[in-house]
Amino acid sequence: MSTATTALPTESTSNLARDTYTVFARAMRMSLRNPAWLVISLMQPILYILLFGPLLEPLSGQLGSGNAYQLFVPGILVQLGIFGALFVGFGLIAEYRAGVIESQRVTPASRTALLLGRVLRDVVVLLVQGTLLVLVSIPLGLRAPWLGVVLTLVVIALLGAAFASVSYALALTLKSEDAFAPLLNAVVLPVLLLSGILLPMTLAPGWLQAISDVNPLKHVVEGARAFFDGDYGSSTAWWGAGLTVAMGVLGWWFGVRRFRQESS
Amino acid sequence: MIHARGLARTFRKKKQEVHAVAGVDLDVEAGEIVGFLGPNGAGKTTTLRMLTTLLVPTAGTATVAGCDLVADPVGVRRRIGYVSQSGSTAPEARAGEEVVDHARLYGISTAEATTRGKQLFRELDLDGLWERQPKTMSGGQRRRLDIALGLVHVPGLVFLDEPTTGLDPQARANLWQHIRGLREERGTTVFLTTHYLDEADALCDRILVIDSGRIVASGTPDELKSQVGGDVLTVTVQHPDQAGRVAALMGALPGAEAPQVTDTRVVGRAPHGGAALVSLVRELDAAGIAVAGIESRRPSLDDVFLGLTGRSLREEGAPSAVPTEQLEEAR
Repeated sequence: MSTATTALPTESTSNLARDTYTVFARAMRMSLRNPAWLVISLMQPILYILLFGPLLEPLSGQLGSGNAYQLFVPGILVQLGIFGALFVGFGLIAEYRAGVIESQRVTPASRTALLLGRVLRDVVVLLVQGTLLVLVSIPLGLRAPWLGVVLTLVVIALLGAAFASVSYALALTLKSEDAFAPLLNAVVLPVLLLSGILLPMTLAPGWLQAISDVNPLKHVVEGARAFFDGDYGSSTAWWGAGLTVAMGVLGWWFGVRRFRQESS
Repeated sequence: MIHARGLARTFRKKKQEVHAVAGVDLDVEAGEIVGFLGPNGAGKTTTLRMLTTLLVPTAGTATVAGCDLVADPVGVRRRIGYVSQSGSTAPEARAGEEVVDHARLYGISTAEATTRGKQLFRELDLDGLWERQPKTMSGGQRRRLDIALGLVHVPGLVFLDEPTTGLDPQARANLWQHIRGLREERGTTVFLTTHYLDEADALCDRILVIDSGRIVASGTPDELKSQVGGDVLTVTVQHPDQAGRVAALMGALPGAEAPQVTDTRVVGRAPHGGAALVSLVRELDAAGIAVAGIESRRPSLDDVFLGLTGRSLREEGAPSAVPTEQLEEAR
Protein backbone atom coordinates (compact mmCIF):
# COMPACT_ATOMS: atom_id res chain seq x y z
CA MET A 1 0.00 0.00 0.00
CA SER A 2 2.92 2.35 0.71
CA THR A 3 3.93 2.48 -2.96
CA ALA A 4 0.37 3.28 -3.92
CA THR A 5 0.03 6.09 -1.40
CA THR A 6 3.11 7.93 -2.58
CA ALA A 7 1.98 7.62 -6.19
CA LEU A 8 -1.35 9.29 -5.55
CA PRO A 9 -1.71 12.56 -7.42
CA THR A 10 -2.48 15.62 -5.36
CA GLU A 11 -6.14 16.52 -5.49
CA SER A 12 -7.42 19.93 -6.48
CA THR A 13 -10.73 21.42 -7.47
CA SER A 14 -9.48 22.36 -10.94
CA ASN A 15 -9.87 18.70 -11.86
CA LEU A 16 -12.99 19.48 -13.85
CA ALA A 17 -11.03 21.57 -16.36
CA ARG A 18 -8.20 19.06 -16.57
CA ASP A 19 -10.47 16.03 -16.94
CA THR A 20 -12.65 17.83 -19.47
CA TYR A 21 -9.59 18.63 -21.54
CA THR A 22 -8.39 15.00 -21.39
CA VAL A 23 -11.77 13.68 -22.51
CA PHE A 24 -12.09 16.39 -25.17
CA ALA A 25 -8.60 15.78 -26.58
CA ARG A 26 -9.18 12.03 -26.75
CA ALA A 27 -12.56 12.43 -28.44
CA MET A 28 -11.20 15.00 -30.90
CA ARG A 29 -8.26 12.81 -31.80
CA MET A 30 -10.57 9.86 -32.48
CA SER A 31 -12.83 12.03 -34.67
CA LEU A 32 -9.96 13.41 -36.69
CA ARG A 33 -8.57 9.96 -37.21
CA ASN A 34 -11.83 8.83 -38.73
CA PRO A 35 -12.80 11.86 -40.82
CA ALA A 36 -15.27 9.88 -42.96
CA TRP A 37 -17.99 10.50 -40.39
CA LEU A 38 -17.28 14.25 -40.29
CA VAL A 39 -17.39 14.46 -44.06
CA ILE A 40 -20.65 12.52 -44.29
CA SER A 41 -22.37 14.61 -41.64
CA LEU A 42 -21.29 17.76 -43.51
CA MET A 43 -22.28 16.48 -46.95
CA GLN A 44 -25.97 16.40 -46.12
CA PRO A 45 -26.41 20.13 -45.36
CA ILE A 46 -24.16 21.04 -48.27
CA LEU A 47 -26.36 18.96 -50.56
CA TYR A 48 -29.39 20.82 -49.24
CA ILE A 49 -27.70 24.11 -50.07
CA LEU A 50 -26.61 22.99 -53.53
CA LEU A 51 -29.63 20.97 -54.63
CA PHE A 52 -32.54 22.51 -52.71
CA GLY A 53 -31.43 26.12 -52.37
CA PRO A 54 -31.80 26.92 -56.12
CA LEU A 55 -35.49 25.92 -55.92
CA LEU A 56 -36.07 28.78 -53.51
CA GLU A 57 -34.47 31.47 -55.65
CA PRO A 58 -37.51 32.20 -57.85
CA LEU A 59 -39.70 32.23 -54.72
CA SER A 60 -37.65 34.73 -52.79
CA GLY A 61 -39.98 37.63 -53.53
CA GLN A 62 -42.95 35.69 -52.17
CA LEU A 63 -41.01 34.67 -49.05
CA GLY A 64 -40.50 38.25 -48.04
CA SER A 65 -36.76 38.16 -48.33
CA GLY A 66 -34.46 39.75 -50.83
CA ASN A 67 -32.23 36.73 -51.00
CA ALA A 68 -33.21 33.06 -50.88
CA TYR A 69 -29.95 32.03 -49.18
CA GLN A 70 -30.34 34.63 -46.49
CA LEU A 71 -33.47 32.70 -45.56
CA PHE A 72 -32.32 29.21 -46.25
CA VAL A 73 -28.80 29.08 -44.77
CA PRO A 74 -29.85 29.94 -41.18
CA GLY A 75 -32.43 27.13 -41.33
CA ILE A 76 -29.86 24.65 -42.56
CA LEU A 77 -27.45 25.79 -39.85
CA VAL A 78 -30.08 25.08 -37.19
CA GLN A 79 -30.72 21.71 -38.81
CA LEU A 80 -27.01 20.91 -38.63
CA GLY A 81 -26.93 22.00 -34.99
CA ILE A 82 -29.86 19.83 -33.94
CA PHE A 83 -29.58 16.74 -36.06
CA GLY A 84 -25.81 16.50 -36.18
CA ALA A 85 -25.80 16.69 -32.39
CA LEU A 86 -28.69 14.30 -31.82
CA PHE A 87 -26.79 11.49 -33.52
CA VAL A 88 -23.61 11.73 -31.40
CA GLY A 89 -25.14 9.23 -28.97
CA PHE A 90 -24.39 6.42 -31.43
CA GLY A 91 -20.69 6.98 -30.83
CA LEU A 92 -21.25 6.75 -27.10
CA ILE A 93 -23.06 3.42 -27.44
CA ALA A 94 -20.06 2.04 -29.34
CA GLU A 95 -17.75 3.34 -26.61
CA TYR A 96 -19.96 1.82 -23.95
CA ARG A 97 -19.84 -1.55 -25.65
CA ALA A 98 -16.05 -1.41 -25.89
CA GLY A 99 -15.92 -0.79 -22.13
CA VAL A 100 -14.49 2.73 -22.48
CA ILE A 101 -17.25 4.44 -20.51
CA GLU A 102 -16.94 2.04 -17.61
CA SER A 103 -13.17 2.27 -17.53
CA GLN A 104 -13.48 6.07 -17.39
CA ARG A 105 -16.13 5.89 -14.68
CA VAL A 106 -13.90 3.85 -12.43
CA THR A 107 -11.30 6.64 -12.41
CA PRO A 108 -11.65 9.60 -10.02
CA ALA A 109 -12.43 11.84 -13.03
CA SER A 110 -15.35 14.21 -12.62
CA ARG A 111 -18.57 12.71 -14.05
CA THR A 112 -19.42 16.11 -15.53
CA ALA A 113 -16.08 16.16 -17.36
CA LEU A 114 -16.85 12.84 -19.04
CA LEU A 115 -19.88 14.52 -20.63
CA LEU A 116 -18.47 18.03 -21.09
CA GLY A 117 -15.32 16.85 -22.88
CA ARG A 118 -17.40 14.97 -25.45
CA VAL A 119 -19.91 17.80 -25.89
CA LEU A 120 -17.06 20.28 -26.47
CA ARG A 121 -15.70 18.07 -29.22
CA ASP A 122 -19.15 18.06 -30.84
CA VAL A 123 -19.43 21.85 -30.59
CA VAL A 124 -16.03 22.36 -32.21
CA VAL A 125 -16.96 19.98 -35.03
CA LEU A 126 -20.27 21.79 -35.42
CA LEU A 127 -18.66 25.22 -35.62
CA VAL A 128 -16.22 24.06 -38.29
CA GLN A 129 -19.06 22.52 -40.29
CA GLY A 130 -21.24 25.62 -39.87
CA THR A 131 -18.45 27.93 -41.01
CA LEU A 132 -17.79 25.78 -44.07
CA LEU A 133 -21.49 25.81 -44.86
CA VAL A 134 -21.61 29.61 -44.77
CA LEU A 135 -18.49 29.83 -46.94
CA VAL A 136 -19.96 27.44 -49.50
CA SER A 137 -23.12 29.55 -49.70
CA ILE A 138 -21.36 32.83 -50.46
CA PRO A 139 -20.54 32.03 -54.13
CA LEU A 140 -24.15 30.85 -54.54
CA GLY A 141 -25.43 34.27 -53.59
CA LEU A 142 -25.61 34.47 -49.79
CA ARG A 143 -25.43 38.04 -48.55
CA ALA A 144 -25.55 38.52 -44.80
CA PRO A 145 -23.86 40.78 -42.21
CA TRP A 146 -20.91 39.09 -40.54
CA LEU A 147 -22.17 39.95 -37.07
CA GLY A 148 -25.42 38.17 -37.84
CA VAL A 149 -23.54 35.10 -39.02
CA VAL A 150 -21.36 35.05 -35.90
CA LEU A 151 -24.35 35.48 -33.58
CA THR A 152 -26.12 32.66 -35.40
CA LEU A 153 -23.09 30.39 -35.04
CA VAL A 154 -23.06 31.12 -31.28
CA VAL A 155 -26.73 30.16 -31.09
CA ILE A 156 -26.05 26.99 -33.11
CA ALA A 157 -23.15 26.04 -30.82
CA LEU A 158 -25.37 26.38 -27.76
CA LEU A 159 -28.16 24.45 -29.43
CA GLY A 160 -25.74 21.73 -30.50
CA ALA A 161 -24.38 21.44 -26.96
CA ALA A 162 -27.90 21.00 -25.60
CA PHE A 163 -28.90 18.35 -28.11
CA ALA A 164 -25.57 16.51 -27.82
CA SER A 165 -26.03 16.33 -24.01
CA VAL A 166 -29.51 14.94 -24.45
CA SER A 167 -28.28 12.48 -27.05
CA TYR A 168 -25.50 11.20 -24.75
CA ALA A 169 -27.87 10.93 -21.81
CA LEU A 170 -30.38 8.94 -23.86
CA ALA A 171 -27.66 6.74 -25.30
CA LEU A 172 -26.32 6.01 -21.82
CA THR A 173 -29.83 5.09 -20.73
CA LEU A 174 -30.77 2.92 -23.72
CA LYS A 175 -27.31 1.46 -24.42
CA SER A 176 -28.45 -0.05 -27.70
CA GLU A 177 -28.57 1.25 -31.26
CA ASP A 178 -31.72 -0.78 -31.81
CA ALA A 179 -33.59 1.27 -29.25
CA PHE A 180 -31.84 4.58 -29.92
CA ALA A 181 -32.33 4.77 -33.70
CA PRO A 182 -36.15 4.42 -33.74
CA LEU A 183 -36.42 6.98 -30.93
CA LEU A 184 -34.39 9.51 -32.93
CA ASN A 185 -36.32 8.87 -36.11
CA ALA A 186 -39.61 9.31 -34.30
CA VAL A 187 -38.50 12.72 -33.03
CA VAL A 188 -36.50 14.09 -35.93
CA LEU A 189 -39.00 14.20 -38.79
CA PRO A 190 -41.95 15.96 -37.07
CA VAL A 191 -39.57 18.43 -35.44
CA LEU A 192 -37.94 19.13 -38.79
CA LEU A 193 -41.24 19.67 -40.59
CA LEU A 194 -42.68 21.85 -37.83
CA SER A 195 -39.65 24.10 -37.47
CA GLY A 196 -39.82 25.89 -40.81
CA ILE A 197 -36.25 24.94 -41.58
CA LEU A 198 -36.87 24.22 -45.25
CA LEU A 199 -39.59 26.81 -45.90
CA PRO A 200 -40.78 29.55 -43.52
CA MET A 201 -43.90 28.67 -41.57
CA THR A 202 -45.49 31.94 -42.76
CA LEU A 203 -46.41 29.98 -45.90
CA ALA A 204 -48.38 27.48 -43.83
CA PRO A 205 -52.15 27.49 -43.27
CA GLY A 206 -53.34 28.75 -39.90
CA TRP A 207 -53.69 25.39 -38.14
CA LEU A 208 -50.19 24.32 -39.16
CA GLN A 209 -48.74 27.63 -38.02
CA ALA A 210 -50.48 27.22 -34.70
CA ILE A 211 -48.88 23.79 -34.17
CA SER A 212 -45.46 25.02 -35.20
CA ASP A 213 -45.74 27.96 -32.80
CA VAL A 214 -45.38 25.53 -29.89
CA ASN A 215 -42.16 24.17 -31.35
CA PRO A 216 -39.32 26.17 -29.79
CA LEU A 217 -37.08 25.28 -32.71
CA LYS A 218 -39.31 27.25 -35.07
CA HIS A 219 -38.53 30.35 -33.03
CA VAL A 220 -34.84 29.49 -33.04
CA VAL A 221 -34.92 29.27 -36.84
CA GLU A 222 -36.77 32.58 -37.12
CA GLY A 223 -34.35 34.19 -34.70
CA ALA A 224 -31.41 32.98 -36.79
CA ARG A 225 -33.09 34.41 -39.91
CA ALA A 226 -33.48 37.75 -38.15
CA PHE A 227 -29.76 37.71 -37.31
CA PHE A 228 -28.97 36.98 -40.95
CA ASP A 229 -31.14 39.94 -41.93
CA GLY A 230 -29.17 42.17 -39.59
CA ASP A 231 -32.28 42.63 -37.47
CA TYR A 232 -30.46 42.51 -34.10
CA GLY A 233 -32.95 44.55 -32.14
CA SER A 234 -36.07 42.59 -33.06
CA SER A 235 -37.99 40.51 -30.57
CA THR A 236 -37.88 37.59 -33.06
CA ALA A 237 -34.10 37.50 -32.85
CA TRP A 238 -33.96 37.53 -29.08
CA TRP A 239 -36.86 35.13 -28.61
CA GLY A 240 -34.88 32.64 -30.64
CA ALA A 241 -31.70 33.28 -28.66
CA GLY A 242 -33.56 33.17 -25.34
CA LEU A 243 -35.24 29.89 -26.15
CA THR A 244 -31.88 28.47 -27.20
CA VAL A 245 -30.39 29.41 -23.83
CA ALA A 246 -33.35 27.80 -22.09
CA MET A 247 -32.97 24.60 -24.11
CA GLY A 248 -29.24 24.70 -23.45
CA VAL A 249 -29.79 24.81 -19.70
CA LEU A 250 -32.40 22.04 -19.82
CA GLY A 251 -30.37 19.78 -22.10
CA TRP A 252 -27.26 20.27 -20.02
CA TRP A 253 -29.12 19.59 -16.78
CA PHE A 254 -30.58 16.40 -18.26
CA GLY A 255 -27.19 15.20 -19.49
CA VAL A 256 -25.26 15.95 -16.31
CA ARG A 257 -27.92 14.32 -14.16
CA ARG A 258 -27.66 11.11 -16.18
CA PHE A 259 -23.87 11.08 -16.14
CA ARG A 260 -23.79 11.58 -12.37
CA GLN A 261 -26.09 8.63 -11.78
CA GLU A 262 -24.60 5.18 -11.64
CA SER A 263 -24.77 3.43 -14.98
CA SER A 264 -26.35 0.22 -13.90
CA MET B 1 -7.79 -4.02 2.01
CA ILE B 2 -11.47 -4.88 1.58
CA HIS B 3 -13.94 -5.20 4.43
CA ALA B 4 -17.58 -5.61 3.44
CA ARG B 5 -20.55 -6.31 5.69
CA GLY B 6 -24.00 -7.21 4.47
CA LEU B 7 -23.35 -5.80 1.01
CA ALA B 8 -26.50 -6.26 -1.07
CA ARG B 9 -27.92 -5.17 -4.37
CA THR B 10 -31.54 -5.57 -5.39
CA PHE B 11 -32.72 -4.93 -8.93
CA ARG B 12 -36.30 -4.32 -9.94
CA LYS B 13 -37.27 -6.32 -12.97
CA LYS B 14 -40.86 -6.13 -14.16
CA LYS B 15 -42.08 -5.14 -10.71
CA GLN B 16 -40.29 -8.11 -9.18
CA GLU B 17 -37.40 -7.71 -6.82
CA VAL B 18 -34.31 -9.63 -7.84
CA HIS B 19 -31.69 -10.07 -5.13
CA ALA B 20 -28.58 -10.21 -7.30
CA VAL B 21 -26.40 -10.00 -4.21
CA ALA B 22 -28.07 -10.81 -0.93
CA GLY B 23 -25.80 -9.70 1.91
CA VAL B 24 -22.14 -10.46 1.32
CA ASP B 25 -19.52 -10.28 4.08
CA LEU B 26 -15.93 -10.44 2.94
CA ASP B 27 -12.44 -9.49 4.08
CA VAL B 28 -9.36 -9.31 1.92
CA GLU B 29 -5.97 -8.55 3.46
CA ALA B 30 -3.18 -6.61 1.76
CA GLY B 31 -1.02 -8.77 -0.52
CA GLU B 32 -3.57 -11.54 -0.99
CA ILE B 33 -4.79 -12.98 -4.27
CA VAL B 34 -8.41 -13.79 -3.59
CA GLY B 35 -10.71 -15.55 -6.02
CA PHE B 36 -14.41 -15.07 -6.20
CA LEU B 37 -15.74 -18.35 -7.58
CA GLY B 38 -19.23 -19.09 -8.77
CA PRO B 39 -21.34 -19.88 -11.80
CA ASN B 40 -22.60 -17.17 -14.15
CA GLY B 41 -25.38 -15.18 -12.54
CA ALA B 42 -24.23 -15.99 -9.01
CA GLY B 43 -23.61 -12.32 -8.25
CA LYS B 44 -19.85 -12.12 -8.83
CA THR B 45 -19.85 -9.21 -11.25
CA THR B 46 -22.54 -7.32 -9.32
CA THR B 47 -20.44 -7.58 -6.14
CA LEU B 48 -17.37 -6.46 -8.04
CA ARG B 49 -19.20 -3.50 -9.54
CA MET B 50 -20.31 -2.45 -6.07
CA LEU B 51 -16.79 -2.74 -4.65
CA THR B 52 -15.45 -0.63 -7.54
CA THR B 53 -18.10 2.12 -7.02
CA LEU B 54 -19.83 1.42 -10.35
CA LEU B 55 -23.00 0.32 -8.56
CA VAL B 56 -24.36 1.74 -5.34
CA PRO B 57 -25.24 -1.02 -2.85
CA THR B 58 -28.87 -1.12 -1.75
CA ALA B 59 -27.75 -2.29 1.69
CA GLY B 60 -24.60 -2.92 3.68
CA THR B 61 -21.28 -1.17 4.19
CA ALA B 62 -17.78 -1.62 2.87
CA THR B 63 -14.32 -0.14 3.20
CA VAL B 64 -12.18 -0.55 0.11
CA ALA B 65 -8.48 0.41 0.16
CA GLY B 66 -9.12 2.38 3.34
CA CYS B 67 -12.02 4.47 2.02
CA ASP B 68 -15.71 4.11 2.71
CA LEU B 69 -17.49 2.88 -0.38
CA VAL B 70 -20.56 5.08 -0.05
CA ALA B 71 -19.15 8.17 1.68
CA ASP B 72 -15.93 8.48 -0.33
CA PRO B 73 -16.27 6.76 -3.73
CA VAL B 74 -13.71 9.11 -5.27
CA GLY B 75 -11.16 8.04 -2.65
CA VAL B 76 -11.85 4.40 -3.52
CA ARG B 77 -11.52 5.11 -7.25
CA ARG B 78 -8.18 6.79 -6.74
CA ARG B 79 -6.77 3.75 -4.94
CA ILE B 80 -8.06 0.83 -6.97
CA GLY B 81 -7.64 -0.56 -10.46
CA TYR B 82 -10.46 -2.33 -12.26
CA VAL B 83 -10.15 -4.56 -15.28
CA SER B 84 -13.64 -5.27 -16.55
CA GLN B 85 -14.84 -8.24 -18.50
CA SER B 86 -15.88 -6.11 -21.45
CA GLY B 87 -12.50 -4.48 -22.10
CA SER B 88 -11.59 -0.83 -21.65
CA THR B 89 -10.17 0.53 -24.90
CA ALA B 90 -11.69 1.78 -28.13
CA PRO B 91 -10.89 -0.59 -31.01
CA GLU B 92 -9.88 2.33 -33.24
CA ALA B 93 -7.61 4.06 -30.74
CA ARG B 94 -3.87 3.53 -30.32
CA ALA B 95 -2.91 1.28 -27.40
CA GLY B 96 -0.37 3.68 -25.89
CA GLU B 97 -2.66 6.70 -26.15
CA GLU B 98 -5.41 4.85 -24.31
CA VAL B 99 -3.03 4.08 -21.45
CA VAL B 100 -1.81 7.68 -21.25
CA ASP B 101 -5.32 9.17 -21.43
CA HIS B 102 -6.48 6.77 -18.73
CA ALA B 103 -3.60 7.86 -16.50
CA ARG B 104 -4.40 11.53 -17.18
CA LEU B 105 -7.82 10.97 -15.62
CA TYR B 106 -5.97 10.15 -12.39
CA GLY B 107 -4.13 13.46 -12.62
CA ILE B 108 -0.87 11.92 -13.78
CA SER B 109 1.16 14.07 -16.20
CA THR B 110 1.52 12.93 -19.80
CA ALA B 111 5.28 12.45 -19.44
CA GLU B 112 4.94 10.38 -16.27
CA ALA B 113 2.07 8.39 -17.79
CA THR B 114 4.12 7.62 -20.90
CA THR B 115 7.05 6.38 -18.79
CA ARG B 116 4.81 4.18 -16.64
CA GLY B 117 2.82 2.94 -19.62
CA LYS B 118 5.94 1.88 -21.52
CA GLN B 119 7.27 0.17 -18.39
CA LEU B 120 3.97 -1.74 -18.05
CA PHE B 121 4.08 -2.71 -21.73
CA ARG B 122 7.52 -4.26 -21.10
CA GLU B 123 6.33 -6.09 -17.98
CA LEU B 124 3.20 -7.38 -19.69
CA ASP B 125 4.96 -8.53 -22.89
CA LEU B 126 3.35 -5.83 -25.00
CA ASP B 127 6.63 -4.51 -26.39
CA GLY B 128 6.26 -2.87 -29.77
CA LEU B 129 2.46 -2.57 -29.51
CA TRP B 130 2.37 1.04 -28.24
CA GLU B 131 1.14 2.39 -31.59
CA ARG B 132 -1.11 -0.55 -32.42
CA GLN B 133 -4.89 -0.36 -32.58
CA PRO B 134 -6.56 -2.66 -30.04
CA LYS B 135 -8.73 -4.10 -32.83
CA THR B 136 -5.62 -5.56 -34.47
CA MET B 137 -4.36 -7.18 -31.25
CA SER B 138 -4.99 -10.77 -30.13
CA GLY B 139 -7.41 -11.54 -27.31
CA GLY B 140 -4.58 -12.15 -24.88
CA GLN B 141 -2.77 -8.96 -25.86
CA ARG B 142 -5.95 -6.94 -25.46
CA ARG B 143 -6.55 -8.40 -22.02
CA ARG B 144 -3.01 -7.47 -21.00
CA LEU B 145 -3.59 -3.97 -22.40
CA ASP B 146 -6.69 -3.74 -20.19
CA ILE B 147 -4.54 -4.76 -17.25
CA ALA B 148 -1.97 -2.10 -18.17
CA LEU B 149 -4.77 0.49 -18.07
CA GLY B 150 -5.88 -0.82 -14.69
CA LEU B 151 -2.36 -0.54 -13.25
CA VAL B 152 -1.02 2.68 -14.72
CA HIS B 153 -1.85 4.70 -11.59
CA VAL B 154 -0.10 2.08 -9.38
CA PRO B 155 -3.16 1.01 -7.34
CA GLY B 156 -2.59 -1.05 -4.21
CA LEU B 157 -5.64 -3.14 -5.03
CA VAL B 158 -6.73 -4.38 -8.41
CA PHE B 159 -10.01 -6.03 -9.38
CA LEU B 160 -10.02 -8.43 -12.32
CA ASP B 161 -13.40 -9.54 -13.65
CA GLU B 162 -13.13 -12.94 -15.37
CA PRO B 163 -9.61 -12.13 -16.56
CA THR B 164 -9.11 -15.21 -18.75
CA THR B 165 -12.57 -15.79 -20.18
CA GLY B 166 -12.37 -16.36 -23.92
CA LEU B 167 -8.60 -16.88 -24.01
CA ASP B 168 -6.88 -19.97 -25.37
CA PRO B 169 -5.06 -22.22 -22.85
CA GLN B 170 -1.62 -20.83 -23.64
CA ALA B 171 -2.75 -17.21 -23.25
CA ARG B 172 -4.49 -18.15 -19.98
CA ALA B 173 -1.37 -19.73 -18.51
CA ASN B 174 0.61 -16.69 -19.62
CA LEU B 175 -1.87 -14.31 -17.98
CA TRP B 176 -1.76 -16.29 -14.73
CA GLN B 177 1.99 -15.68 -14.66
CA HIS B 178 1.41 -11.95 -15.04
CA ILE B 179 -1.24 -11.91 -12.31
CA ARG B 180 1.09 -13.70 -9.89
CA GLY B 181 3.74 -11.16 -10.90
CA LEU B 182 1.49 -8.29 -9.79
CA ARG B 183 1.68 -9.52 -6.24
CA GLU B 184 5.27 -10.70 -6.28
CA GLU B 185 6.85 -7.71 -8.01
CA ARG B 186 4.52 -4.89 -7.00
CA GLY B 187 2.90 -6.15 -3.81
CA THR B 188 -0.52 -5.54 -5.36
CA THR B 189 -3.56 -7.09 -3.75
CA VAL B 190 -5.61 -8.92 -6.36
CA PHE B 191 -9.31 -9.68 -6.19
CA LEU B 192 -10.52 -11.66 -9.17
CA THR B 193 -13.71 -13.37 -10.22
CA THR B 194 -13.74 -16.59 -12.16
CA HIS B 195 -15.96 -19.48 -12.99
CA TYR B 196 -12.97 -21.65 -13.83
CA LEU B 197 -12.06 -24.04 -11.04
CA ASP B 198 -8.53 -24.63 -12.28
CA GLU B 199 -7.94 -20.88 -12.35
CA ALA B 200 -9.08 -20.42 -8.76
CA ASP B 201 -7.01 -23.44 -7.73
CA ALA B 202 -3.83 -22.40 -9.53
CA LEU B 203 -3.88 -18.69 -8.80
CA CYS B 204 -5.61 -17.87 -5.55
CA ASP B 205 -4.41 -17.88 -1.95
CA ARG B 206 -7.98 -17.88 -0.85
CA ILE B 207 -11.31 -18.57 -2.49
CA LEU B 208 -14.76 -17.23 -1.74
CA VAL B 209 -17.49 -19.40 -3.20
CA ILE B 210 -20.61 -17.47 -4.15
CA ASP B 211 -23.91 -18.97 -5.18
CA SER B 212 -27.28 -17.27 -5.68
CA GLY B 213 -25.99 -13.99 -4.27
CA ARG B 214 -24.52 -15.43 -1.06
CA ILE B 215 -21.04 -16.50 -0.03
CA VAL B 216 -21.38 -20.18 0.79
CA ALA B 217 -17.75 -20.97 1.68
CA SER B 218 -14.39 -19.34 2.08
CA GLY B 219 -10.87 -20.67 2.61
CA THR B 220 -7.67 -21.73 0.90
CA PRO B 221 -8.14 -24.25 -1.92
CA ASP B 222 -6.78 -26.97 0.39
CA GLU B 223 -9.06 -26.02 3.26
CA LEU B 224 -12.06 -26.10 0.99
CA LYS B 225 -11.08 -29.47 -0.41
CA SER B 226 -10.58 -30.96 3.05
CA GLN B 227 -14.14 -29.86 3.92
CA VAL B 228 -15.39 -32.36 1.40
CA GLY B 229 -14.56 -35.10 3.93
CA GLY B 230 -11.96 -37.35 2.46
CA ASP B 231 -10.66 -38.46 -0.88
CA VAL B 232 -12.78 -39.69 -3.73
CA LEU B 233 -12.66 -43.46 -4.34
CA THR B 234 -13.88 -44.87 -7.64
CA VAL B 235 -14.22 -48.58 -8.41
CA THR B 236 -15.38 -49.91 -11.77
CA VAL B 237 -16.52 -53.53 -11.77
CA GLN B 238 -16.85 -55.87 -14.74
CA HIS B 239 -20.37 -57.06 -13.90
CA PRO B 240 -23.04 -54.53 -12.89
CA ASP B 241 -24.63 -57.04 -10.49
CA GLN B 242 -21.50 -56.94 -8.32
CA ALA B 243 -21.62 -53.16 -7.92
CA GLY B 244 -23.94 -53.40 -4.92
CA ARG B 245 -21.48 -55.61 -3.02
CA VAL B 246 -18.64 -53.21 -3.83
CA ALA B 247 -20.73 -50.31 -2.51
CA ALA B 248 -21.33 -52.21 0.73
CA LEU B 249 -17.61 -52.86 1.17
CA MET B 250 -16.72 -49.26 0.36
CA GLY B 251 -19.34 -47.90 2.73
CA ALA B 252 -17.93 -50.05 5.51
CA LEU B 253 -14.50 -48.41 5.30
CA PRO B 254 -13.70 -46.33 8.43
CA GLY B 255 -15.20 -42.83 8.12
CA ALA B 256 -16.65 -43.45 4.66
CA GLU B 257 -19.85 -41.92 3.31
CA ALA B 258 -22.51 -44.01 1.60
CA PRO B 259 -21.21 -44.51 -1.97
CA GLN B 260 -23.22 -43.88 -5.10
CA VAL B 261 -23.65 -46.57 -7.74
CA THR B 262 -24.09 -45.89 -11.44
CA ASP B 263 -24.15 -49.01 -13.59
CA THR B 264 -20.69 -50.53 -13.12
CA ARG B 265 -19.22 -47.48 -11.34
CA VAL B 266 -19.13 -47.01 -7.59
CA VAL B 267 -18.05 -43.63 -6.24
CA GLY B 268 -17.56 -42.92 -2.56
CA ARG B 269 -15.54 -40.82 -0.17
CA ALA B 270 -13.20 -41.89 2.61
CA PRO B 271 -10.50 -40.16 4.63
CA HIS B 272 -6.89 -41.15 3.85
CA GLY B 273 -7.68 -42.43 0.37
CA GLY B 274 -4.40 -44.32 -0.11
CA ALA B 275 -4.77 -46.51 3.00
CA ALA B 276 -8.49 -46.96 2.33
CA LEU B 277 -7.72 -48.06 -1.21
CA VAL B 278 -5.30 -50.78 -0.04
CA SER B 279 -7.78 -52.31 2.41
CA LEU B 280 -10.55 -52.05 -0.19
CA VAL B 281 -8.42 -53.94 -2.74
CA ARG B 282 -7.79 -56.75 -0.21
CA GLU B 283 -11.48 -57.09 0.57
CA LEU B 284 -12.50 -57.05 -3.10
CA ASP B 285 -9.92 -59.74 -3.80
CA ALA B 286 -11.12 -61.88 -0.85
CA ALA B 287 -14.70 -61.53 -2.08
CA GLY B 288 -13.65 -62.61 -5.59
CA ILE B 289 -15.04 -59.53 -7.34
CA ALA B 290 -13.59 -58.84 -10.80
CA VAL B 291 -12.46 -55.21 -10.91
CA ALA B 292 -11.94 -53.28 -14.16
CA GLY B 293 -10.49 -50.15 -12.55
CA ILE B 294 -9.83 -48.60 -9.17
CA GLU B 295 -8.57 -45.19 -8.14
CA SER B 296 -8.34 -42.72 -5.31
CA ARG B 297 -7.99 -39.00 -5.96
CA ARG B 298 -7.88 -35.79 -3.96
CA PRO B 299 -11.18 -33.92 -4.15
CA SER B 300 -11.30 -31.07 -6.67
CA LEU B 301 -12.87 -27.67 -6.18
CA ASP B 302 -15.70 -28.98 -8.29
CA ASP B 303 -16.40 -31.60 -5.58
CA VAL B 304 -16.37 -28.70 -3.11
CA PHE B 305 -18.82 -26.74 -5.17
CA LEU B 306 -21.02 -29.77 -5.67
CA GLY B 307 -21.00 -30.47 -1.93
CA LEU B 308 -21.89 -26.85 -1.10
CA THR B 309 -24.55 -26.16 -3.68
CA GLY B 310 -25.70 -29.55 -4.93
CA ARG B 311 -24.61 -28.47 -8.42
CA SER B 312 -21.48 -28.93 -10.44
CA LEU B 313 -19.74 -25.92 -11.92
CA ARG B 314 -18.78 -28.00 -14.95
CA GLU B 315 -22.34 -28.32 -16.14
CA GLU B 316 -22.56 -24.58 -16.41
CA GLY B 317 -25.17 -23.54 -18.91
CA ALA B 318 -27.02 -26.83 -18.61
CA PRO B 319 -30.76 -26.22 -18.47
CA SER B 320 -31.26 -28.28 -15.35
CA ALA B 321 -29.71 -27.58 -11.99
CA VAL B 322 -30.19 -31.21 -10.91
CA PRO B 323 -26.93 -33.03 -10.17
CA THR B 324 -25.94 -35.65 -12.74
CA GLU B 325 -26.07 -38.41 -10.13
CA GLN B 326 -29.77 -37.81 -9.59
CA LEU B 327 -30.46 -37.68 -13.30
CA GLU B 328 -28.73 -40.96 -13.80
CA GLU B 329 -30.56 -42.56 -10.91
CA ALA B 330 -33.85 -41.49 -12.38
CA ARG B 331 -33.24 -43.33 -15.63
